[in-house]
Amino acid sequence: MAFIPHTDDDVRQMLATIGVASIEDLFDEIPPALRAAPLTGIPPAASEMEIGRLMSERAARDGRPLSFIGAGAYEHHIPAAVWAIVTRGEIYSAYTPYQAEASQGTLQTIYEYQTMIASLTGMEVSNASLYDGASGLAEACLMAVRANRRSKSLRILMPRAVHPTYRKCAQAIAGNQNLRFEEVGFDPATGQTAFDAVARHAGEDITALVIQQPNFFGTLEEVDRLTDWAHRQGALAIAVVNPTSLALLKPPGEWGEHGVDIVVGEGQPLGVPLAAGGPYFGFMTTRMEHVRQMPGRIVGRTLDLDGRPGFTLTLQAREQHIRRGKATSNICTNQGLLMSAATVYLAIVGPEGLERVAAASMARTAELVAELTKIKGVRQAFATPRFHEALLQLERPVGPVLDELARRGIAGGYDASADYPELGNALLVCATETKTSGDIASYAAALRAVLGTARAA
Amino acid sequence: MSDKNPAATPREATIFELSRTGRAATAQMPPPMTAHVPPELRRRRRPLLPEVSELQAVRHYTRLSQMNFSIDTQFYPLGSCTMKYNPRGCNQYAMLPEFLGRHPLAPAALGQGVLACLYELQDMLKEVTGMQGVSLTPMAGAQGEFAGVAMIRAYHRARGDLARNEIIVPEAAHGTNPATASMCGMKVIEIPCNAEGDCDLEALGRVVGPNTAGIMLTNPSTLGVFERTIADIEKLVHAAGGLLYYDGANLNAILGKVRPGDMGFDVIHMNLHKTFSTPHGGGGPGAGAVGVGARLLPYLPIPVVGRDADGYRWLDERDLPASIGRLSGFMGNAGVLLRAYIYMRMVGREGMRRIGEYATLNANYLLARFRQAGFEPAYPSRRATHEFILTMKHEAREHGATAMDFAKRLLDFGYHAPTTYFPLLVPECLLIEPTETEAKETLDGFVDAMVAIRREAAEDAGRLKGAPYTLPVRRLDDVRAAKQLDLTWKPAA
Amino acid sequence: MSENIPAELRYTKSHEWVRRNPDGTLTVGITDHAQHALGDLVFAETPEAGRTVATGEACAVVESVKAASDVYAPLAGTILEGNGGLADAPEKINTDPYGEGWLWKLKPADGKELDALLDAGAYGRFLAESAE
Repeated sequence: MAFIPHTDDDVRQMLATIGVASIEDLFDEIPPALRAAPLTGIPPAASEMEIGRLMSERAARDGRPLSFIGAGAYEHHIPAAVWAIVTRGEIYSAYTPYQAEASQGTLQTIYEYQTMIASLTGMEVSNASLYDGASGLAEACLMAVRANRRSKSLRILMPRAVHPTYRKCAQAIAGNQNLRFEEVGFDPATGQTAFDAVARHAGEDITALVIQQPNFFGTLEEVDRLTDWAHRQGALAIAVVNPTSLALLKPPGEWGEHGVDIVVGEGQPLGVPLAAGGPYFGFMTTRMEHVRQMPGRIVGRTLDLDGRPGFTLTLQAREQHIRRGKATSNICTNQGLLMSAATVYLAIVGPEGLERVAAASMARTAELVAELTKIKGVRQAFATPRFHEALLQLERPVGPVLDELARRGIAGGYDASADYPELGNALLVCATETKTSGDIASYAAALRAVLGTARAA
Repeated sequence: MSDKNPAATPREATIFELSRTGRAATAQMPPPMTAHVPPELRRRRRPLLPEVSELQAVRHYTRLSQMNFSIDTQFYPLGSCTMKYNPRGCNQYAMLPEFLGRHPLAPAALGQGVLACLYELQDMLKEVTGMQGVSLTPMAGAQGEFAGVAMIRAYHRARGDLARNEIIVPEAAHGTNPATASMCGMKVIEIPCNAEGDCDLEALGRVVGPNTAGIMLTNPSTLGVFERTIADIEKLVHAAGGLLYYDGANLNAILGKVRPGDMGFDVIHMNLHKTFSTPHGGGGPGAGAVGVGARLLPYLPIPVVGRDADGYRWLDERDLPASIGRLSGFMGNAGVLLRAYIYMRMVGREGMRRIGEYATLNANYLLARFRQAGFEPAYPSRRATHEFILTMKHEAREHGATAMDFAKRLLDFGYHAPTTYFPLLVPECLLIEPTETEAKETLDGFVDAMVAIRREAAEDAGRLKGAPYTLPVRRLDDVRAAKQLDLTWKPAA
Repeated sequence: MSENIPAELRYTKSHEWVRRNPDGTLTVGITDHAQHALGDLVFAETPEAGRTVATGEACAVVESVKAASDVYAPLAGTILEGNGGLADAPEKINTDPYGEGWLWKLKPADGKELDALLDAGAYGRFLAESAE
C-alpha cells in the first residue's frame, strides 16, 4: 500500500496494545449506515513508474509552444538554483513556522522577503504574502475600508483598465460585505484611465481609488496625478503593480506627493514558473501606520533568552481582530514556497539583474510590436508609453487567428475582445527577455501566413 | 532576559549583510538592452536587493533550510494539519517542463494533457467525497470555506429566501469558520458541545429556524472525535431549510470509510495540502477544492474543467452564469492540483481506504500507549479518530509544566511539537495527529520522549521552562517582537 | 484568589471600570482581571477627542501577544481625551490598570447612567461566579 509502512507484525502488536481485534473495531463509533461502498470510480493504484509514464505522455502531448502571452502571468528565466533550493525537503515539507525555534530558516527567509518587497515597492512594511495578485486586490480593498476611518461610503473606484479578472475577483470576494466597486473608464485613444472620469467624483465620499501600473493593456498610467487626486478627496490610493517593472519604474511609495497607502500585485514574475496558472503569490505592502489593518502573516525580529537575534511570527492577535469587524478577512496562510522562491530569485538576480530583465522585456516587446505591425491588418491600439505588453487590433476576429497560430506551435497572445468590446478585435501580446529576435521573426512569419490566407472574416 | 551578549550572534547573518556593491550573478543576466522609460516615471534609487554571488546566495539559503524542522527530517504530529509524507514523485511529475512552462491562458488545444489530469482529479474527488460537482479553484482551505458559504448564500438568495442570514458554528470550531461567515455577510450563532465532545442537539434545536442559512461542521470534529449525532443534525438543519457545510480539515480520518455526501452534507471543502499530501512549503501553497451536491451545482466557483466532443476546456461565466465568481487570477493552484492528482493515482482505490484505516490505527495506538503511561486524554471514553487530545492540566498544576513547555522540550528530542492550545475548549491541550505514513518505532520513540519530559518536569520544572536548548535559538521574546516592531532589515545608521 | 477591585469605581461585565472625577467627567479603563487575562500588552488604540460614543460601542482596542480585544463604552457621551501615554508604553495597563493605564476621559451624556453599573461588590461576585 502506497506510503504505509506497517508490517503484519506491527499491526498485530498495535491492535493488542489498543485492545481490539481488528482495525475495523476502531470505527465502531461510526453508524454502519454511513459506511462507504467501494470507491469504484477511482482507478486501482498505479506505481510511481506507471503514473510517471502517463504524466510524461500527457506532457509530451501538450508540448512547449512559443509563448507571447502576458495578461497577468509572465515568462522569465528562472535560475536553476532557485528551485533546486526551495525543493529541498527542509523547505518543501516544512509547515507554518508556529514553533519559531524550529523554523528559523523559514522565518528568516520571510523577514528577508519582507525587506526586499517593501523596498521594491517603496513602502515601509510588507506581509509574508497572500494567495495571488487578484485576491490580493480584494484584500487591499477590504483593508482600505478598515483603514480609512473617515470614509463611510465603502465605495471603491475601479478603473476598467485594471485586469478584468482582478475586478471580477474583487467583486466575488469583497462584494458580500457591502463594498461597492464603481467603474471608471479609460481613454480609447491613449489606453490610460481617463482622468476626467475619475475627477467627476470630486467632492464625493470615496474610500479608495485603485491604480494599476502598468495597466492591463501594458500602458503606463498618470500615477502621480491619480494618487494626489485620491488623497485630496480623502480617499486611500491602492496600487496594483508588476514587480519586475519596479526595477525601472518609480515605485508606488513615491507616487504623487505622499506615495500610495497600500500596494498589491502578482509576485509570479519573480522566480515562479507559469505552471498552468499556479501556485503564484500575492504581495502586499503598506505604511507602518496601517500595519495593524494588514491581513496575512508578518514576521518580526526579536531576541531570545540569551540575547541572540531570532525571528518569529508577530502581530498575530490582530488577525483575530481583522476577522471580527467590518471588512472581514479570513485569510490564514501565505504562499510560503513561492515567496521563498521569489526571495532566492531576487538574491541571485540582484538589482542589476532585475533591471536587465525589465529593460530586455520592454525592448523585446517594442521589437515585437514593430515587427507585427508591419503586417497588413495589424495595428497597435495605443502609442502611449508602455512596459512589456501591448494591445494590437486586427481586422478579423482574434479567436480563430490564435487557434491557427496554436496549430503552428505559437501561443500568440490573449484575446481581449470579449473584455473590451469597444476595442474591436483586440489582441494583447507580450515578449520578455526569454524571446530572441529569431522567436519574434518566427511569430511574425506565422501571423503573416495566417492573416494572408483567404478566410471568411 | 539577559543583556545582549556579543557572543550571542545569529547562526546566519541576513543576506543583506553579505551584500557588496558591484557583486552579481552574471551568468543569470540577460544582455543589457535599452528601455525608454518616461523621465517622470523613472525609478531614481535602486531598491534594497542583495548584491551577492550565486554561490553566496545558494550557501545562505541552503544553510537557512538546515535550521528548519520538516516532514522529511522529523516526526511532525501536528493535530489537524495531517503532516504525512509528501511523495517526491508527485513533485517530479508535476514539475515536468511542459507543465511548468504552460501559460494559464494558452489555448486549450495545447493543454489537453494537463486538463485531462485536472478533469480526472475532479472526478476522483467527487467519488471519494460522494459529491456531485467539484471546483478546484480555491487556493487554500480558508478560500474553500469562503466559496462554500458564498454558495449557500447564493442558493438561498436565488430562491428569494433573503431572511436566511445565520450560520451555526460549534464553539470548538476553527477561527476561520466564523470569519468566513462574516465575510459573506452572515451572522454567527455558536452552539456548545457536550462533555463527550458531540454537538449539543438541544441547543441546536433551539437556534435553527427560518433565519438559518446553514451549519458549518467538521467531522471528525476539532476535538478529534466523530460527531455521532450527525444524522440527527442533518435532519434538524435540513428540516429547518438550512444547508450543511463540511469543513474537510479532518478528512484523513474517514477517507475511503465514510463520504461527506453520504452524511448529508450539501457542500464541502477539502484541504489538498492535508489529506492529499501536497507540500506545506513553510506555510503554503494549499488548495481548498470544494465539492457540492446537486442543489449547489450552478454556483460553483469558476473556472471548472469540462469535457465535450472537442476535448477538455475551462468552463467559465458563459457556462455557469450563476457561479459565485472567480476567486483567483487564473484557475487556482494548478501545480498543487497536479501533485494531488499524482498522489491519488498512486494511492488508488484500495489505498484510499487504507489511509483512513491506518491513520486511525496509528492515532489509537498512540492514545493507548499514552494512557498506559499515565497521560490524560481529554475525552477518555471516546476512540481517537486520526487524532486525539491530551491535556497537561495535571502536569501544569503539579509541576507548573505547561503544554507549551512540553512542546518546546520535545524540539530538543528531535520531534516537532503537536498542536498546542487548540481547540481552546480544552485547557493545556496537545492535539496529536501521527498520520498513516509513520512507522510504529517512530510512534514508540515519541511516547518515550514525552515520558522522559514528564519525568524531567517532576524533577526540575525549571528545566522545561528554558527549553529548547539545542536549536539555533532559545525561546524567543514574543512580547518584544510585538512591541518593538522590527519587520524589515535596515542598514546601520 | 483576591482581585484588585477598588471600592470607589463602577464596573461592567465586559471588565471596564469607570471613575467619576470631581469635575463631573468620567475616566474609563480595563480592570486588573482583564489585563491579567490578556497578558503583556503590546498595543493600545484609544478614541480621538471630540468623538461621540454610544453605550456599548467599541471605542478602543487593546492588544497582547495572545489576543486583541475591543473595549466597549460603558456610558454614552463625548470623548474628551484618549490616553496618549499608552502609545509608547502600553504596559502601563498591566502595571497600573486603574491609574496610569486609563484609556479615555468622557463627558457623559447622562450623569445618572453611572449608577446603573456594577459596584465593586457586584463585580467581585460576578468574577467569582464566572471562575471555573
